[in-house]
Amino acid sequence: MTTSPLLDATGVAKNYGAVAALRNASLSVLPGEVHALMGANGAGKSTLVKILTGAIKADAGRILIRGQQLDVRSPAAARRAGLLPVYQEPSLIPDLDVLSNLKLTGTPVEPFRAWVRELGIPDLDIRETARHIPLAILRVLDLARALAVEPDVLLLDEMTAALPANLAEKVLEVVRRQGDAGRSVIFISHRFVEISALCDRATVLRDGSTVGVVDIEPGVEERIVEMMLGTRIEKARVAARAANEVAVAAGGRPRLSVRNLQLGTKLNDVSFDLANGEVVGVFALEGQGQDELFAALAGSIRPTGGTIDVDGAPVRFSHPSDAIQAGIAYVPGDRTEALAMQRSVRDNIALPFSAGLRKWGPIRMRREQVVVSGAIGRLQIDTRAQGEVQRLSGGNQQKVTIARWIAANARTILCFDPTRGIDVGTKQEIYKLLRELTGQGKSVLFYTSEMDEVQRVCDRVIVIFGGRVVDTFPVEDADEAALMRAAYGLPRGAMADVGILADVKPVSNAEAAS
Amino acid sequence: MTDIATMPRPVSFARRLKRFMADRPLIPLIILLFILVVILQILRPGIVNERWLANTAKFAIPLAILAGCQTMTMLTGGIDLSVGTVATMSAFIMATQIVNQDPAVAFLLAMLPAVLIGLVNGIGVGVFRVHPLIMTLGTSLIGTGFLQVYQRTVIASGAKIPDFLNWLGTGVTYGFPNALLLFVPVAVLIVFMLNRTGFGRLLYAVGDNERAARLSGVRYWQVITALYILSSLLAGITGLLYIGLIKAPSLSLAEPLVLPSVAAAVIGGTSIFGGRGGYTGTIIGALILTVLTTLLTILQMPEGGRRILFGCIVLFVTAAYLRIVEDR
Repeated sequence: MTTSPLLDATGVAKNYGAVAALRNASLSVLPGEVHALMGANGAGKSTLVKILTGAIKADAGRILIRGQQLDVRSPAAARRAGLLPVYQEPSLIPDLDVLSNLKLTGTPVEPFRAWVRELGIPDLDIRETARHIPLAILRVLDLARALAVEPDVLLLDEMTAALPANLAEKVLEVVRRQGDAGRSVIFISHRFVEISALCDRATVLRDGSTVGVVDIEPGVEERIVEMMLGTRIEKARVAARAANEVAVAAGGRPRLSVRNLQLGTKLNDVSFDLANGEVVGVFALEGQGQDELFAALAGSIRPTGGTIDVDGAPVRFSHPSDAIQAGIAYVPGDRTEALAMQRSVRDNIALPFSAGLRKWGPIRMRREQVVVSGAIGRLQIDTRAQGEVQRLSGGNQQKVTIARWIAANARTILCFDPTRGIDVGTKQEIYKLLRELTGQGKSVLFYTSEMDEVQRVCDRVIVIFGGRVVDTFPVEDADEAALMRAAYGLPRGAMADVGILADVKPVSNAEAAS
Repeated sequence: MTDIATMPRPVSFARRLKRFMADRPLIPLIILLFILVVILQILRPGIVNERWLANTAKFAIPLAILAGCQTMTMLTGGIDLSVGTVATMSAFIMATQIVNQDPAVAFLLAMLPAVLIGLVNGIGVGVFRVHPLIMTLGTSLIGTGFLQVYQRTVIASGAKIPDFLNWLGTGVTYGFPNALLLFVPVAVLIVFMLNRTGFGRLLYAVGDNERAARLSGVRYWQVITALYILSSLLAGITGLLYIGLIKAPSLSLAEPLVLPSVAAAVIGGTSIFGGRGGYTGTIIGALILTVLTTLLTILQMPEGGRRILFGCIVLFVTAAYLRIVEDR
């Protein structure tokens, strides 16, 4: 390659306390290139991104932009140098409307609007307060805001995570065109499909060092995964299930039985059963009522109608502790919601042990330590930085949220998108763990935004659309096409368009064909 | 971020020292305390003797207990500004009731307003989600009002300081102030509670991430109500100790201790945003403030200048300490 790189970082290192987040990372991005930055969780992607964008300071290393030494002391300096990030967390200030947010960063409004339309949101009210906008839309707005100032290097961190398929597709299209227009994009993603469709090259990080730069070509996935993990991983499915393994004990009452559940306008008439020893998947596009369903089952909000039975007895949860009492634990998709970030791994795992009034007394340290280490060992949590959970990588943090309920021996776990934004290796471990749990007669309700996870983990899957259960499949029938059709509101067998669905149908067809 | 180091290996001594301090946040505090004592000794050679030590401890103890109330409430992201009023109320009620009542009855009467104010604070903060600053400021004003009314009704009875409190507040045995008999168990209990009990764990958890605590089955209002009652009880007991030390019941007896108690907790490394800190740091914070006060007193500066200097030093120390301890 003769063209000189637009961005060239070498030897970047950063330590947090005793933990080296980055040892020797390098990244070189050519003009007009979409460059993937890959690595297992904890490999140092986020740290490198933060250094490039001036959010934190590197301990060592050199960053050149167009051959100029660059001292990115602050996000503003990075911005002036033409480097603009879109982080995983929405960055609009929740209490301001969209327009004020734009003014705050000096973003031109008209280009912003154009990009928003381009990204597949035709009817955005720019006077809307950011707090009231759904997460998926906020992320798209963040992207539009970055695009509107035409940065030389756009940095996208897990841009498509938590985006529904139709929006994700638009986003990818727009990113691709950025490259064609001679601008560079650094693209961080765990989804190979996107990377192979989008990127020209990939830089792979492992344990804080750059371990390779590869051209994206067919079949390169295997090599990248090898580089990321350092060893070969098995691509095979986790724990192939025998049909009899899922058979519900004859005459056994369902563990959880939901009938006609209603919650305002969000949830109408949801009914399903969850048996002991079963993983039931919940698949839905963004904002179809799955959040409310999980919140109601976890006792966080009270349903306005319908019944929930646990082991055949009706229950009414008014607080999460009621649900926990009934053996139902909730693992939210957003780790920051579930963890006390400044506390130790142990404190976080043991938190439910101390929750009840009667458990406020002296802690039996020895006994608790045994239970906690058991859970840590079972999930293979990396405990090098266990003094504060915030120093762990995202994948390890997610493991802590699950380990808590393993330690508490919860009989039913409600997992809401537990693999969002974590690396392949950890994902595999989580799938395996969920299957093991069911082997012990526990049950799992598993919401996922990634279709292949349904196949990997679930026994059955229910699909929700517009607050209703559209269809329930055994996993054998849940191929991607069927799931996608159902997610857009078309149950199996129904071939004709049904009213409201007419306008989304083209997307669903495209998905079904892929 | 220059070319100097492509290899980050050689860690400078300053960095290592900083790391060491960050892992043991008490050490810089103890060093600071020591430095202050040395300065004092240099300015007034011979002042640091057994008597001085006992005296310093005597005045630091009430401050340290009230700072314990602040530490616990600050761990949950709160604050308890009513401690001054509560301490004053129990002291005043004790001193006036002891005249006609049995000591045990007088004690119970003295602790009654403490429990009540704690309960109201706890319900206000825990159930109705009033901001702790406003809530405790409000109950503090109400308490002061009640105390004024009470003062009118008992004006005839007079007041006296019970001998026992006198002994506890000012007495010294074998060079150790008797107040330690109260303080050591209280301090041990608080430290134990914060580190080794379920309740202590919940204080940190609630202050760090209330949502996470809720999802783990913690009922916020229970924790908060228990916390503010505990805080008020401690404040009430401090009042009894303090009246034994000051020996002059007044309506603003412990009020001057309120803000220093917050400062002591903050200097001791407890974050006002919750989730971070501990009581041992607070104790040293209280000692630092007490020594600092002595130091400024012997400088023979006018009161105004002393206060200005005091404020500046508190600000500087806190900022510097956070700099040292926080690992960025």
